[in-house]
Amino acid sequence: MNRPGLASACAAMLRRDLTLAWRRRGDIAMPVLYALIVTMLFPFALGPEDTLLQRIAGGVVLVTVLLAMLLALDAMFASDIEDGSLEQLVLAPQPLALMLGMKILAHWLATALPLIVIAPLMAAMLHLPGAVIPVLLLALALATPLLSLLGAVLVALTAGTRRSGMLLALMLLPLCVPAVIFAAGAVAAAQQGLPWFAPVAWLAAALVLAVVLAPLACAAALRIALDA
Amino acid sequence: MSALLHFLVTGDGVAAFFRMGGYAAYVWPAYALFFVVLAADTVAPRLRRRRVLTELRARLARQSARQERKPPSTPASP
Amino acid sequence: MASWIPLWLHKLGSPPTFYRFAGVLQPWAMAMALLLGAIGLYGGLVLAPADYQQGDAYRIIFIHVPSAWMSMFIYAVMGVASFIALVWRIKLAEVVAMESAPIGAAFTFITLVTGSLWGKPMWGTWWTWDARLTSELVLLFLFLGVIGLYHAFEDRRQGARAAAFLAIIGIINVPIVHFSVNWWNTLHQGSTVNVFGQSKISGAMLWPLLTVTLATKFYYAASLFRRARTDLLDLESGKDWVRRIAEGEAGR
Repeated sequence: MNRPGLASACAAMLRRDLTLAWRRRGDIAMPVLYALIVTMLFPFALGPEDTLLQRIAGGVVLVTVLLAMLLALDAMFASDIEDGSLEQLVLAPQPLALMLGMKILAHWLATALPLIVIAPLMAAMLHLPGAVIPVLLLALALATPLLSLLGAVLVALTAGTRRSGMLLALMLLPLCVPAVIFAAGAVAAAQQGLPWFAPVAWLAAALVLAVVLAPLACAAALRIALDA
Repeated sequence: MSALLHFLVTGDGVAAFFRMGGYAAYVWPAYALFFVVLAADTVAPRLRRRRVLTELRARLARQSARQERKPPSTPASP
Repeated sequence: MASWIPLWLHKLGSPPTFYRFAGVLQPWAMAMALLLGAIGLYGGLVLAPADYQQGDAYRIIFIHVPSAWMSMFIYAVMGVASFIALVWRIKLAEVVAMESAPIGAAFTFITLVTGSLWGKPMWGTWWTWDARLTSELVLLFLFLGVIGLYHAFEDRRQGARAAAFLAIIGIINVPIVHFSVNWWNTLHQGSTVNVFGQSKISGAMLWPLLTVTLATKFYYAASLFRRARTDLLDLESGKDWVRRIAEGEAGR
């Protein structure tokens, strides 16, 4: 019996999840639409003054992206649990952590990447200076995978439960505080003309740590949650 | 309690004690909250214990009633 | 090394033995908590002099600081018990971890509210985004997350193991949050609040503080024993030893 190699198994996993995501394009559009609507409401609520909007723009975009991701997080493993393919994955000969890492990557590509793409639009709606937008994008590019990885561990923990939406938010809040602080800190520093490299470096360090540890933790959590 | 007793015996200073140097509105609610929360924490497991045991007794009573109704010759089914 | 110690510990891990053991210790722990609490609060509220800067408002310290210490202590106990529960799958460790969470949440809540009541007259604000305060708030959310996850599962033991995993993640998270909020404060140059920086605590204030702290430790032990006993009755309700207890108390 010849097993497929690890690389081809990973590629198959990624292709499958992306195909599934593409078949449900409407679900991908949801978080993007949500983020745009929330961003649009801020000027109405706070008034159209440029200076005020400029000052809060970075934070608003970050928090909105975070909430939009939380909206989609719940569905990360839901359909796979329903049709039993997640249990197949647990039994598969390939290391579960690696396969879950691929699933997280696919989920990030399907939900966070569209959000990053429209982030400049959101920032422009709030009059964020053009020079700051690259820093915002860099911060988002580091913070969103971090959130996907942390969120995946928590989603795996709640895999065996019925109602998990509110619980997920409650559990994610303490974990995402550092990510929000550093991402928003980088944007704020860039806006004030201060060096913004330190918070971005911290975010990158956290991301590297999470890339290594989160899939392992996710696999362990999934084994706990599915083992009845 | 002992603090209260002390001031009841000596008489003076009771009002001053409860005034807390003008900070009574902050000090006493803090202490009240401390005791209310811990009292709730003490009572909750007792109530739960009573509920658990009542349920268990009800289940045992149902079980024994079912066994009495059954003729002794048939083997017990799970 | 006496060989009976591991044997005794092993026996203590069995639910009926622990139930009896906790039943014997619980009233003593509660009595110690009440006694020490009364002594400590008498010392703190009556004997200790008013602070020369804060007046009588500082007397909140005698419940605020012990509660804060307990919130962290209980989280540490929960983390260690969770680790034991996950690695060795001991049912009693699961019970200890999960029944510690509500007590810890209670102490964290007390810490936050009494701190707020203390902060208003002293700093002029109910809340400030200082690293210490923010970490305590995050701690409350971690406790609530553990409790919520535990109750979200239909299978109790599975819920306990999932929540234990979350508790361990939380232990790593608390120092990270503390550090990041510190960093964040220096960026925003927030008002640095330092409660203990100005007045060094004197002996007349210190001994009541330590006595109340000891009282809260005993209270935690008593409450944990009470909760663990109840939880064991619930978990093991099909077993003979629980049946005997239920029948023994039927008359009451």
